[in-house]
Amino acid sequence: MAEPHLTVKNLVMYYRTVRGEVKAVDNVSFSLPRSKTVAIIGESGCGKSSLAKSIIKLLPRNVSVYKGVILFDGVDLMKMDEESFRRDIRWVKITYVPQAALNSLNPVIKIGEQMIEPLLLHFKMRKTEALERAAKALKTVGISEEFINHYPFELSGGMRQRVIIAMSMLTNPELMVLDEPTSSLDVLTQANIINLLKTIKRDLKLSMIFITHDVGLSSELADRVAVMYAGQIVEFASADEFYRNPKHPYSQKLMDSVPTLKTDKKLDFIPGSPPSLLNPPRGCRFAERCPYRFEKCKEPPPVINLSEEFYVRCWLYEKR
Amino acid sequence: MPLLDIIDLKKYFEVKRGIFGSKGYVKAVDGVSLSLERGESVSIVGESGCGKTTLGKTILRLYEPTDGKIVFDGKDITHLTWKELSWYRRETGLVQQDPSGALPSFMTVKRILEEPLIIHKVKDKEERRERIYKVLEQVKLTPVEDFLEKYPHMLSGGQQQRLVIARSIILRPKLIIADEPVSMLDASVRVEILKLLQNLQRDYRLSIIYITHDLSTTRYFSERICIMYAGHIVESAETRELLTNPLHPYTRALLNVIPDPDPSNRFIIREVPAGEPPNLLNPPPGCRFSPRCRNIMNGLCDVKEPPVVEVRKGHFVKCWLYV
Ligand SMILES: Nc1ncnc2c1ncn2[C@@H]1O[C@H](COP(=O)(O)OP(=O)(O)OP(=O)(O)O)[C@@H](O)[C@H]1O
Ligand SMILES: Nc1ncnc2c1ncn2[C@@H]1O[C@H](COP(=O)(O)OP(=O)(O)O)[C@@H](O)[C@H]1O
Ligand code: SF4
Ligand SMILES: [Mg+2]
Ligand SMILES: [Mg+2]
Repeated sequence: MAEPHLTVKNLVMYYRTVRGEVKAVDNVSFSLPRSKTVAIIGESGCGKSSLAKSIIKLLPRNVSVYKGVILFDGVDLMKMDEESFRRDIRWVKITYVPQAALNSLNPVIKIGEQMIEPLLLHFKMRKTEALERAAKALKTVGISEEFINHYPFELSGGMRQRVIIAMSMLTNPELMVLDEPTSSLDVLTQANIINLLKTIKRDLKLSMIFITHDVGLSSELADRVAVMYAGQIVEFASADEFYRNPKHPYSQKLMDSVPTLKTDKKLDFIPGSPPSLLNPPRGCRFAERCPYRFEKCKEPPPVINLSEEFYVRCWLYEKR
Repeated sequence: MPLLDIIDLKKYFEVKRGIFGSKGYVKAVDGVSLSLERGESVSIVGESGCGKTTLGKTILRLYEPTDGKIVFDGKDITHLTWKELSWYRRETGLVQQDPSGALPSFMTVKRILEEPLIIHKVKDKEERRERIYKVLEQVKLTPVEDFLEKYPHMLSGGQQQRLVIARSIILRPKLIIADEPVSMLDASVRVEILKLLQNLQRDYRLSIIYITHDLSTTRYFSERICIMYAGHIVESAETRELLTNPLHPYTRALLNVIPDPDPSNRFIIREVPAGEPPNLLNPPPGCRFSPRCRNIMNGLCDVKEPPVVEVRKGHFVKCWLYV
């Protein structure tokens, strides 16, 4: 098998706060083959955005622990110094669309000017060349290049989101990290953006990390699925396996809470709420809400490999 | 007799346009008719800006209607004054989208629930206490003692929304308008809150108008669905009928893009109508969906507003294709 494009191994990232350490990313591992998409799904606060920031190394000041392995094309990004990372990786080979990026566009600066700023600043590109790139990127996302001279306030939400995606594509990246790229948009606009991401994925063969809390939507792009719960990935599976046959009790209960339009099913919810990341339980973090909990769940569950790459973190799958 | 009867309701907002300040009207609700039985629930589904919130607030008489009629329990309340509406406020309630914004941060749970009782002159302290306990049990914020002295920020999003619901039902209303009550919440909490509303509807014969942009939750929740587009209700039918037999091109487009979890989704590009919903200051002539409609009949759809047609019993659609 070809080497994965991205391999994340035992990634840990904690925040320091007055109330203690927030274990936002706690021993996360997954891998992603070239030109495939992994969806990271999970409830609000489970650590999805923190994981994204850890991969692109855009961390706030109050990070207390940051360790693990991030192999990108075989190179460990964790060992790379900030200068080379900025020169060769961030915004170059790996780009990032942060959550709520839509609000980050300055309404009174022309689209083109905003798009090329990083090219001028980081890459010391000439302005004409940068503008050419911007025009090309806009075309890729389905916006006519004359919009370079428009202001963001003249654009609808859907078009602005396209501009944001275009900005992340200026450098012909290999991997895109998209954090909830459609969550504030209307249904039809969202479908449009998803169509766009599907064509980008197909035609440009980009690898993607697609973060969303919407399980149905995740299946629009995912080749692989990582389910996060309280800072950990509790299940990592292929899309074919996951959507038909989720393994972890949390994944199963999460799936039960997703309304469907085309099939009849009984909706169910998970009583209680996730544990605090300040002080998560020592054993299985889902145990308190798990219908299958038994004695062993008081201990940290092992990572059970279901194949060479996929796994579930649950005592139920321990081989006896 | 239905609990609520709305006939050709309109709500226009006056706005000034351009530097010369010529007047214009945002036609946020433009001729909506709807009726609701006691203990029935109906969903209003549409994209942002189509007029859902305005419709809800006009029905609750938080806005003065521009035209049309609202009849509640046999009484015409369309133009009652603020003072005359006091009883109507007691019999209706509103649950809003953002639970944290809807709750005063400096009040405890107990205080938040006591406020409407005091305003509506429940004088006996003991009775107020009892009603607060009862309502917290109804929304399952139990054990009640654990919650009484808490402030909103100490509650999770789901608990906050349950508190908002508790406040909206503490005066034992007959009608609740729930405006995107679960949009800000996670999938599981969504289901929990919708089930709670459903139980209240069943156990207390509460009528509920459920406003949402999320078509997929409606089928579990309401008996009827109304699809709203640009200030109009373009289709309405019993829930199952609407979902299995959508008629309006807009409804069809909506249904076509909402993904159920399925690994084969990633291989398809979905058909999406071009363009965006119109500006309600200056909506297009004829059918308001016509500029985006794949079935448009030029010379008709883009000229004349389509009438509402009952295609099957109880299944209404506002589209020239069915005339
Ligand atoms: N800078 C920070 N300092 C301290 N704690 C933080 C910081 N950023 C995030 N957290 C905490 O880390 C945890 C994970 O947050 P994160 O934003 O990664 O969640 P998420 O899964 O992206 O949630 P959502 O779906 O709401 O976007 C939360 O408990 C959050 O409060
Ligand atoms: N107070 C107001 N003054 C002027 N226009 C308004 C006001 N409230 C809403 N609108 C406009 O009315 C239309 C419908 O808005 P709204 O009812 O909030 O839609 P929805 O709830 O479906 O998102 C929008 O065009 C909105 O900008
Ligand atoms: S009336 Fe015409 S334009 Fe409007 S939805 Fe029907 S077919 Fe489309
Ligand atoms: Mg996030
Ligand atoms: Mg609204």
